[in-house]
Amino acid sequence: MEIGIGHYLTVGAILFTIGVFGIFLNRKNVIIILMSIELILLAVNINLVGFSAHLNDLVGQVFAMFVLTVAAAEAAIGLAILVVYFRNRGTIEVEDISVMKG
Amino acid sequence: MILSAIAFYVFAAIIIASAVLVVSARNPVHSVFFLILAFFNAAGIFVLAGAEFLAMILVIVYVGAVAVLFMFVVMMLDINFVRLREGFLQYLPVGALVGIILLIELVFIVTTQVNVPEVLAISGAPTPNISEVTNTHALGRLIYTRYIYLFQAGGLILLVAMIGAIVLTLRERPGVRKQRISDQVGRSRSDSIEIKKVSPGNGI
Repeated sequence: MEIGIGHYLTVGAILFTIGVFGIFLNRKNVIIILMSIELILLAVNINLVGFSAHLNDLVGQVFAMFVLTVAAAEAAIGLAILVVYFRNRGTIEVEDISVMKG
Repeated sequence: MILSAIAFYVFAAIIIASAVLVVSARNPVHSVFFLILAFFNAAGIFVLAGAEFLAMILVIVYVGAVAVLFMFVVMMLDINFVRLREGFLQYLPVGALVGIILLIELVFIVTTQVNVPEVLAISGAPTPNISEVTNTHALGRLIYTRYIYLFQAGGLILLVAMIGAIVLTLRERPGVRKQRISDQVGRSRSDSIEIKKVSPGNGI
């Protein structure tokens, strides 16, 4: 019952797939899409930490921390854009966003 | 050892179940709650992998800040979520197809040779023994020396994100009465009082 790198990679792969699946499933709701992106980044972090534990190398954890930083910044900016968009148009449907056309 | 294996399986199962519920929950508020549950259990997996600092950062940053931000936005905006779910079943087959293809590809990657001996020989920064140096200490030693420029760049990214979010959402609302202290202090007697000479019996 040794937990090896394969276990971490499996969890990461399933989580990544669920994230991509969620983007397809909730194509109209930007909030759920942003949450799916968070799930994808979490899967990446699990992979990085798993490899860090497997290879006995601390660099994986450093990299996971940078991924976390970028994810936090992305969530803040994404939600700010969402709030501005909702203020202007009164809806957050993704299909309406193409109306801007550049 | 068996206990940590059981803990890993429990954490992994809860993560996957809550991730499924994040993408399929009817109410986005429930999605946010399941996202928080997934983050907590990912923190548990990180602790099992020996990354205590990252686990705590995950709880503090993700659960404490990002998930709460999501919660604020979901609750503040008056969105008709029922309309947003239209076409949910229509997108299901395509999404499932893409997801399954992706999962199969990832399984191929995972099941092919992971243990390349040359990779094991290359070590960027070997993890020190936990009895000598704690995880946080070791990470700090690495971040503040070798990765100092990347660390500063990360700080810069956060600063830009903060300024961007403020600039995007700040709005000047006309017609709002605010206290302007400089105007109040700058008032002089001459422009607020006028003395009229009134001769008796004439009125103004």
